[in-house]
Amino acid sequence: MSVGAPKIPVTVAEVVDVNALIKRFRFVRSDGGALPTFSGGAHIVVDMDDNGTRRLNPYSLMGDPADTSGYEISVRRDDQGRGGSLFLHRQVKPGMQMQIGQPVNLFPLDLRARKHLMIAGGIGITPFIAQMAQLAARGERFELHYAARNRALGAYMDDLARRHGGRVRLYLDEEGHAIDLKGLLSNQALGTHLYVCGPKPMLNWVLTTARAMGWPDGAVHSEEFLAPPVGKAFDVRLQASGLTIRVEGNQSLLEAIEKAGVEAPYLCRGGACGQCETEILKCDGEILHNDHWLTAEQKASGCAIMPCVSRFQGKMLVLNR
Amino acid sequence: MGFEFNRETFRDDFTFRNSARAIKRFPFPFPEDNYMYSVNMEPHVPGAKGSVFEHLFDVDEHYLAEMHDRALVLKEDPLRCQSLPHMTLAGWDLLELIMVSKARDYPEWFSLTRDGNQWHWINRPMQIEQKFTFLDESTLPYGPMEYITRQTQGDFTLQDQRENNLWLDAGMVTTQADWSMDFDVGMGFHEWHAPVPLAHQMGVFDRALKFLLNLQLGAPVRRFNWTMTIDPLLDTSPETYPKWGPSRTTLTQENMGNRMHLRVELQTLHRLPRSNAIVFPIRAYLIKFEELVSVPKWGRRLHRVVRDLHPDLAAYKGFLRNRDLMANWLSQYDDGKPTSPGWLADPE
Repeated sequence: MSVGAPKIPVTVAEVVDVNALIKRFRFVRSDGGALPTFSGGAHIVVDMDDNGTRRLNPYSLMGDPADTSGYEISVRRDDQGRGGSLFLHRQVKPGMQMQIGQPVNLFPLDLRARKHLMIAGGIGITPFIAQMAQLAARGERFELHYAARNRALGAYMDDLARRHGGRVRLYLDEEGHAIDLKGLLSNQALGTHLYVCGPKPMLNWVLTTARAMGWPDGAVHSEEFLAPPVGKAFDVRLQASGLTIRVEGNQSLLEAIEKAGVEAPYLCRGGACGQCETEILKCDGEILHNDHWLTAEQKASGCAIMPCVSRFQGKMLVLNR
Repeated sequence: MGFEFNRETFRDDFTFRNSARAIKRFPFPFPEDNYMYSVNMEPHVPGAKGSVFEHLFDVDEHYLAEMHDRALVLKEDPLRCQSLPHMTLAGWDLLELIMVSKARDYPEWFSLTRDGNQWHWINRPMQIEQKFTFLDESTLPYGPMEYITRQTQGDFTLQDQRENNLWLDAGMVTTQADWSMDFDVGMGFHEWHAPVPLAHQMGVFDRALKFLLNLQLGAPVRRFNWTMTIDPLLDTSPETYPKWGPSRTTLTQENMGNRMHLRVELQTLHRLPRSNAIVFPIRAYLIKFEELVSVPKWGRRLHRVVRDLHPDLAAYKGFLRNRDLMANWLSQYDDGKPTSPGWLADPE
């Protein structure tokens, strides 16, 4: 189960080509009702039936959280990925019926902040669009620094500049712009909170720099959804269910468990929330931990695995599921 | 609704009582003949018609009297209601949740008309009518949390979620079992639960926190808690302990049935949409021992629970010194017969 809340049947209302890599999708409730209000930074899991393969991928909500008439997501096409983004880009058309999960926020604003300092890279812009709409409506202080390869790939740059004026700064890699991170971080008022969302190298750069400059961990927030990595096939014994299942190379362990008809909890499906943590009963081999949830000690002890993103190689793995 | 609001008091002359209807729907909290802590949470889904679970927020015959008592407590001690500055948005979330639920579930008493952010609220039992702008604090006589919880039974706390923890950063607490909002405000999850005996060692709070951090929108949960209160006093707070603490020395076999009350808290937890905070309504139901034993199964079972309770829990719940006296009185209603599982009364 996905922890209680029922899925929402939606209709695809709009599909927009934002640029060469990104499409935007708008969902409205199929029964014509209002969608739940959400908080800036929240994501939904989109339930896809890709020719018999079920795909459940998380995407940040980018609309105004106060607008309950529809939800919008932006999806970057990943030609090397497992297929979720390709399915959305190629198969999903206006009028299609789909299902989405309730909004979940793993990247919330810290509402104590005197100022919100946001750093976005590429498609990492999407949660900030919703957060800025929420902050602007409440008259809160914020500032966005948004980097993209070039203007053509800088989705929503013009729109955001129009909406939020001088509070938005744009950086184009191909024009030689770079965020002066040290300058930026050394020049913030007490009570500023820092948020970063973007590709992994950017995340590491911002988090490491902030920590080295003495920013407290509690004032630094980041979000990175991991796509489940492709790997080699392996077998797993599900002790509680009395089943042995095969996890294919392009399938996550969680997906294989679900396909076998075994209910397993999940929320983010990206190694961040901890909901799908599963106890390891026996392990003769190596767990390939890919999540952000388990601590280094937990990973070393081999007591638990996050089946949404982590894999296994070796002789035998037995899980309490 | 098939009942009228009681004219009754929770102080001075203590005229509080439960009607036959209220006894029948009382949320008796013991599914078995013994009690120990557990993370006893279940989905807060609508229950049987007429039960305390029928609606998201139960309104019962004590509504007006409880709201009057809350107003008296706040008049004497405004610090029972506190909201740190960053919790105002969560207060609006709570106001919306309660107004929408009550207008839907009790249309003859409550009405909410919305035109964008222009809202019109009518609370007929309390004779309140308010037009205001949603999310604009200047259009209400109190902050949003205080405004709506002055019109809603039960205590409320609002937990902010950050740094993998929950923080008790706002609340309206006037009907509490001996804890203080003023003392706890700003504390983290393990800090405000620190006084609870045994449960920490059992890992109850680690598991509960992990569960709550992933609480989902649209999927509220509930659990029961309970204690004992002498006289139907809603406000058993540390601040007023000198007023009610000494009553523990005045119990006798003769006054036990009328003065000793089982106090059951129906606690629910809801994720709030805009603030991502969690609201924790703590709804207290009181029942006199003499009312409770009118249900034979409950009389038998309460006797066994009180008699066998771990002394640390009896001490924490404040009745260790009277436990033998209480068990002795209750034993009159325990014929030793087995009880059926679950908390529902047996059919007669």
